[in-house]
Amino acid sequence: MNPLFNYLLKVADDTLIFGQRLGELCGQGPYLEEDIALTNIALDYLGQSNNLYQYAAKVQDLGKTVDDLAFLRLEKEYLNCQLSEMPNGDYAQTILKVYFFSVYQKILYTILQVSEDAQLAAIAEKSLKEVKYHYTHTSTWIKMFAGGTEESKTRLKNAVENLWEYTAGMFAETEGEKDLSQLGIAPNPQDLYENWKFLVAEDFRNFGIEIPENEFMQKGSRTGYHTEYFGYILCELQYMQRTYPNCVW
Amino acid sequence: MYNLLDILAEIPDPEIPVINIVDLGIVRDAKMISENEAEIVITPTYSACPAMFNIEEDIIKLFKEKGIKANVITKISPIWTTDWITDEAREKLRIYGITPPEKGAHEDHLNIPKKCPRCGSENTRQISRFGSTLCKASYQCNDCLEPFDYFKCH
Repeated sequence: MNPLFNYLLKVADDTLIFGQRLGELCGQGPYLEEDIALTNIALDYLGQSNNLYQYAAKVQDLGKTVDDLAFLRLEKEYLNCQLSEMPNGDYAQTILKVYFFSVYQKILYTILQVSEDAQLAAIAEKSLKEVKYHYTHTSTWIKMFAGGTEESKTRLKNAVENLWEYTAGMFAETEGEKDLSQLGIAPNPQDLYENWKFLVAEDFRNFGIEIPENEFMQKGSRTGYHTEYFGYILCELQYMQRTYPNCVW
Repeated sequence: MYNLLDILAEIPDPEIPVINIVDLGIVRDAKMISENEAEIVITPTYSACPAMFNIEEDIIKLFKEKGIKANVITKISPIWTTDWITDEAREKLRIYGITPPEKGAHEDHLNIPKKCPRCGSENTRQISRFGSTLCKASYQCNDCLEPFDYFKCH
């Protein structure tokens, strides 16, 4: 077990699955400009995954390629959080999911850009600029939903209730993550979580949204256990590589 | 003796062909490492810029035509910024119909109006924060009504 390899997969698998989910909306967005926005964000995610998998393959040193890591692992080997697997739902849910993730990524990459690991720091610094823009985009929408009609407020409230219990899973640790944290390679996930809760609470206060009182949080993220949706996501994601092994674009 | 940057400047950006990859700031280093072998360091604009694959191929192909083997290395750090786009390239962008990015600014903290590349009016509005490529956003001029691309500060 290589802690750094595990950690890179954790970060890369999130963006891969978030990217795959948003990609489902290609050509199906609520209107043309938003369709483009979602697929642009999805593309940023895939680019970040690509950089991270490239580095992970190097760290693992078994001659694997980016495609091997992205497309040819088994369900239990994926370390993404369960939030990334949630269906796009209506637009409130689609945007809220990306909003929650953008706040997380913003804090994560801000710390990772000064990581003791130079390559991870470079990838984080590069990704941070992109993530800040995603945050601006999604928080603008959430503000609009929260200050909009009864319909938009209800939908946003439902989305918060649906997704809230999956948010803690973003901060679940992978095996060996504590060691990396002690070496100054990765941040302490508990600190990240506190930071995230603080920032989201501040935004929610500004937007006039209530945080659910129910403190129940889903467990199992980043352990190889997934929601029932994940199998379907993998089927679609891996179809080409499984059906036509080694096919290239 | 080859002037490597002059050779590299022959390669247009695949998505915005009016500017070349040197003007865009993608080329970070270029040197001969032996009599007929060059080392070219390039950096991506965005993590997922799909043009990077084409650019690498274009460099290898063009150098091969000149009898040089090009080793292309992609480095992420120091990270690319729109500040590296030359003034000349900014003007080329504007003439092409793309409003160039401001220097030394981050998009989120930018409240200055985006000038219409056609009529020069500052009375413009954002249509979408995103556009046809990762590096652009969509705007429209309220005076001449022309829709235009804006190259985001990055």
